[in-house]
Amino acid sequence: MLSYAFRRVLGAIPIALIAITACFFILRAAPGGPFDGERALPPQIMDNLRAYYNLDKSLFEQYFIYVGGVLRGDFGPSMSYQDFSVSELLAIGLPFSLMLGLVAFVVATSVGILAGMISAVNQNKWPDFSVIFVVMIGLIVPNFLMANLLQLLLGVYWNWLPVRGYVPGSIPHLIMPILILSLPQAARVARLMRGSMIEVLGTNYVRTARAKGLGARLVLARHAIKPALLPVVSYLGPALSGLLTGSLVVEQVFALPGIGKYFISAALARDYGIVLGTTVLYMGVILLLNLIVDILYAYLDPKVRYR
Amino acid sequence: MAGLTSRDAILTEYNQQLLNAPKGRSLAQDAVRRLVANKAAVFSIFLLVTILLVVFIAPYFLPWGYSQVDWANIRKPPNFEAGHFMGTDQNGRDMLARTMQGTQMSLVVAGVATLVSVVIGVSYGAIAGYFGGRIDAVMMRFVDIMYALPYILFVIILVVIFGRNPILLFVGIGCLEWLTMARIVRGQTLSLKEREFVEAARASGASPWSIIFRHIVPNLTGPVVIYATLTIPEIIITESFLSYLGLGVQEPQTSLGTLISQGSEVAVALPWMLLGPAVILVAMLIAFTYLGDGLRDALDPKDR
Repeated sequence: MLSYAFRRVLGAIPIALIAITACFFILRAAPGGPFDGERALPPQIMDNLRAYYNLDKSLFEQYFIYVGGVLRGDFGPSMSYQDFSVSELLAIGLPFSLMLGLVAFVVATSVGILAGMISAVNQNKWPDFSVIFVVMIGLIVPNFLMANLLQLLLGVYWNWLPVRGYVPGSIPHLIMPILILSLPQAARVARLMRGSMIEVLGTNYVRTARAKGLGARLVLARHAIKPALLPVVSYLGPALSGLLTGSLVVEQVFALPGIGKYFISAALARDYGIVLGTTVLYMGVILLLNLIVDILYAYLDPKVRYR
Repeated sequence: MAGLTSRDAILTEYNQQLLNAPKGRSLAQDAVRRLVANKAAVFSIFLLVTILLVVFIAPYFLPWGYSQVDWANIRKPPNFEAGHFMGTDQNGRDMLARTMQGTQMSLVVAGVATLVSVVIGVSYGAIAGYFGGRIDAVMMRFVDIMYALPYILFVIILVVIFGRNPILLFVGIGCLEWLTMARIVRGQTLSLKEREFVEAARASGASPWSIIFRHIVPNLTGPVVIYATLTIPEIIITESFLSYLGLGVQEPQTSLGTLISQGSEVAVALPWMLLGPAVILVAMLIAFTYLGDGLRDALDPKDR
C-alpha cells in the first residue's frame, strides 16, 4: 500500500513537469507582449524593461529560469501589477479561491451522495422524482445563468441574501456562490450515486443480508454504501478540478476577491507571470488531489492491484 | 407474350412471394423505431429543427437588423406596431433580431468545435486502441495529462491566442474537448479489433490505416454520435460563459452568452433583455441533452 502510494507520487512528477512546459510554450506562442498596450516607449527604456523581465533572452533560457524559480517556490515578477511579485498576488487571491472550491466540494459530495442514496432507496417514488428533477436542472442550466436568476430572486426581489460582493468574515455573502458552484457537481455525484446504489441493491449479497434478517438501515450501512461509493470516488478528481476552476467563474459573477479577477485580466494583458503561476499552482493542487483520490480508491476497492 | 416460358412464370411467382414475405429489420431501422418511440427525443428533434430553421431564415424577414439602431425606440418593452417583438436594448437595437443572431453564433461555434473534437478524438482513440501496447500506453498517458490541466484556464489562454476570431477560437476549444471522445473510442476499438471482420480484412492484406478508417471507424458511429450530441451543449455553455466574461464574440455581433450577460445587468429594469435569450439557451440545452439520452437508448445495444 505504502509503496503503491509512493509510486503514484513519483508518477505525478513528470506529468507536472510536462504540463508546466506545455503551459509555458503555449502562452508564449500567443501573439502580443506584455508591454504592447502602453504608449510607445523610447527604445532604450523598452530594452531595459525587457531585460528586467528576462524577455531579451532566448525562449529556452527563459524557460529554464522560470522552471528553476518555480522549483524554489518563486513565480517571478508580475508585469501588470508592478509592485507585486506573482507569489504575493497568489497569496492574496488564492486562499480565498481554494477555500471557496473546497467548501463547495464538501457540500457537493455530501449533498450529492445523500441525495443519490435517498433517491435510490425510494426508487420511482416522489423523493426519487424530486431528486431527478433537481439533478436535471443542475446539469442543464449553466451556472452563470443560474447565478443571475438566484441573484434576482433571492437578492433583489426577496432580499434574503446579499446580491454580490464580499465582507470579510460574512457568511451570508458566501451562501449563494457556494450554492451555485456546488449545484452542477452535486447533481453529477447524485446521478452516479443513484445509479450505482440501485445496482448494488440488486446484487445477491444485499439480498442475502436482507434474507438473514438485517434491517434496511444496517444493510445500507454495512453492505451497500461502500461498494456503491466506488464510481463516486473515481469521479471526485474531475469534480474537484471542475470546482476549483469553476470558482474563478463564480468569483467573477459575484465579485469575490479571489484569484479569478487577476487571472482573466492578466491573460488579456499578457502578464505571463500571473497566468503561468495560477495555472501551475492549480495544476499542482489538482494533481495532488487526484493522487489522494487514487489512493483512497485503492483503499476502498479490494480489486485494485497495487501495481 | 411470346417470351413467357414456364421458367419466367416460376421466377415471377417467386418474386411475388418475396414481396409478400415479412420484411426483416436492419439494426438502423430498429434504432430509428426506438428513437421515434421516445417522446422526449422526438420533441427535442422537433424543437431543435424549429430553432435552427427560424434562427437561420427568419432574420431575413424581420423589420430590423441585429445591429440597426431604432432611435425612436430605445429601451422599450415589446412593441408590435414598431416591429420590435421582443423589445429593444439600451442602444435601440431589436432584441428579437439580436437573439436570433446570437443563437446562430452559438450554434455555429458549437458545431465547429464539436466537429473538430470528433475528428481528433475518433482518430486518436481508434489509433491508440488499434495499435495497443506501448503506443496505446503512451497515447492514453498523454490524455491523462491533458485531463489534469485546468480546462477553463486553458480556454482563457486560447482566447488570448486567437483573440477576436470566434471560429478559430472554437477550433481551438475543439482541440481541448476531444479527450473523453478519445477514451470512449479507444475502449470500443479494443473490443472491435478482435472481431472476425477485422481479422478478415487483415488476412486479405489491408494496411492498418485502412482497417482503422474503413472497417473500425464506421462501426463506431453509435457511440460517437451519442457523445457528439452531448458535446454540443457543453460547448454552447463554454461559449456563453466566455462571452459572459467578456472574452467571446465582439460587438455588434452577439451570442447567447453576451446577451445574457448584458441582460443580467439590467434585469430588474428591462427584464425582456434577459428573458428571451435565457429561455432559448435553456431550451436548446434541454433539447440536446434529451436527444443525446434518446440516442443512447436507441443505439446502445446494452440496454435493450
